[in-house]
Amino acid sequence: MTRNAALAAVLVGLALVAPQAASADTTITLAGSTALLPLVKDAAGLYQTAHPDVKIAVSGGGSGTGINQVAAKAIDVGNSDILAPAHPELIDHRVAVIGFAVIANPSVGVKGLTKAQLQDVFTGKVTNWKEVGGADQKITVVNRPRSSGTRAVFTKTLMGGKSAAETGLTEDATGTVVDVVGKTPGAVSYAALSGIRGKGLAEIAIDGILPTDENIHMGKYPMWSYEHMFTNGPPSADVSRFIAFVTSNSALIKKDGYLLIRDMKVTETDR
Amino acid sequence: MIATRAKRAHAQERIATSVLRIAAGFVVFAMALLLLYLAGEGLKLFVIDRFPVWEFLFSPVYEPDTHPGAAVFIVGSLSVTLFAICFGGPFGIAVGVFLSELAPPRMAQILKPAIDVMVGIPSVVYGWIGLQLLVPFIRNTTNSPGFGLLAAGIVLSIMILPTVITLSEDAFRSLSPTLKEGSLALGATRWQTILRVLLPSASSGLTVALILGIARAIGETLAVQLVIGNATQLPRGLLNPTATMPTEIVQDLGGATQGSMLEHALFSMAFLLLLIAMSLILIVRFALRKRA
Repeated sequence: MTRNAALAAVLVGLALVAPQAASADTTITLAGSTALLPLVKDAAGLYQTAHPDVKIAVSGGGSGTGINQVAAKAIDVGNSDILAPAHPELIDHRVAVIGFAVIANPSVGVKGLTKAQLQDVFTGKVTNWKEVGGADQKITVVNRPRSSGTRAVFTKTLMGGKSAAETGLTEDATGTVVDVVGKTPGAVSYAALSGIRGKGLAEIAIDGILPTDENIHMGKYPMWSYEHMFTNGPPSADVSRFIAFVTSNSALIKKDGYLLIRDMKVTETDR
Repeated sequence: MIATRAKRAHAQERIATSVLRIAAGFVVFAMALLLLYLAGEGLKLFVIDRFPVWEFLFSPVYEPDTHPGAAVFIVGSLSVTLFAICFGGPFGIAVGVFLSELAPPRMAQILKPAIDVMVGIPSVVYGWIGLQLLVPFIRNTTNSPGFGLLAAGIVLSIMILPTVITLSEDAFRSLSPTLKEGSLALGATRWQTILRVLLPSASSGLTVALILGIARAIGETLAVQLVIGNATQLPRGLLNPTATMPTEIVQDLGGATQGSMLEHALFSMAFLLLLIAMSLILIVRFALRKRA
């Protein structure tokens, strides 16, 4: 009886180990920005079809997580919406440009805000949409966690460095933000364009300017950022090939709602 | 022949004993390691960053890089736990009484496996259901975001039920049958017997049930994180989004740079949770000893 049990345990153990031991495939692991996630996922799917010997594991976690994990060499590539000045050992590979939008539940009845109004909404100075020309509806701010790259870009480009009030909700991925804003009357948040198109949310114009590709290219709409893939030191040949595959796939970048770096008429420092 | 068999049995005995001893020793070793590690990391905030313990425990100002006061999360943890035990506690004890004293055998046969299944359901499933059904329900009936203390409290009340039910049922079953028989023989009704005789007699066992329910509630992470709203603010009402220590740890641990004040503060919260869990267990042991 006990011998059989021991045998069974050994067999189960072997069954778990065997598939990993047998395959000599390369695995590339990526984690980080949930704003960049859709592009990396789609690219990984295409790449794996073309190269069956390469396995690509992609997960989210936020830009801060991506930077931390690649710095700790836990993953091959850390995806991020923001730079990593605290980690000089990381090598930056810019893959695309991403636009972000201020999004709201359609119930708020507001199509646009001035930058000052927007800051009042997010700092909690204004608590009802009617105070900024909308419906009589309580404002619910939905934040991203502190380590979020999207939040960092938002704070820098639209909030003038002021931090958003912590009185609303905090959701830890672009996908959940979109879901919660869509379901909660009076909710407002910010999210990558790649994650929000076609979800029936109101995109709020800032100082009369909507986050269209054209406006972002020309630098009229300020909330955009380069998407970075960080490697810890020079990437291996496999990782390097995958990053080049993502960066050069213009059609996929555009289809997933990102912008091409070469189309930008301004740089980040112009903001 | 007999001698060799006895010798072999003896050898088997010795091997088995030492294997079991190693296993038991490993548990102690793992526990000690965990405690030491958490204490070492958790005290860095006070020793290296020189952040006052007082401020950590009582200041609601949470600036992760300069002033990580954890009062919001401590109050959040205590509030959801209090809510859960106020609702889940009496309800669980009631079901425990019902199961041990009143339920017809066939009904108990259905109820007990159902309760076992409740224990086995992963917490993320409770949270997910809370997010899909409870949050929209609260949102629509109260005109609030729906996320908050109330949603988290309700989910937790349900999650601690199996613990409280099972342990309180045990508490009633472990009472001597003479208590019940004597009370009934004196002419007390079944209800009087339960209320005046069985409940007071089982009180130490019921205390254990409630405390382990509290321990379950205060540490719950994922289910709470999904429905509480994760806002760094003191709860001013049941409908307010807030956060607890476990939810804050899981929310910010990925983004906390190694060696940063934020990371140290998260470790301090984990250490505090461990201390709370340990004191709860100490209270349980004390209550059990009193009963014996």
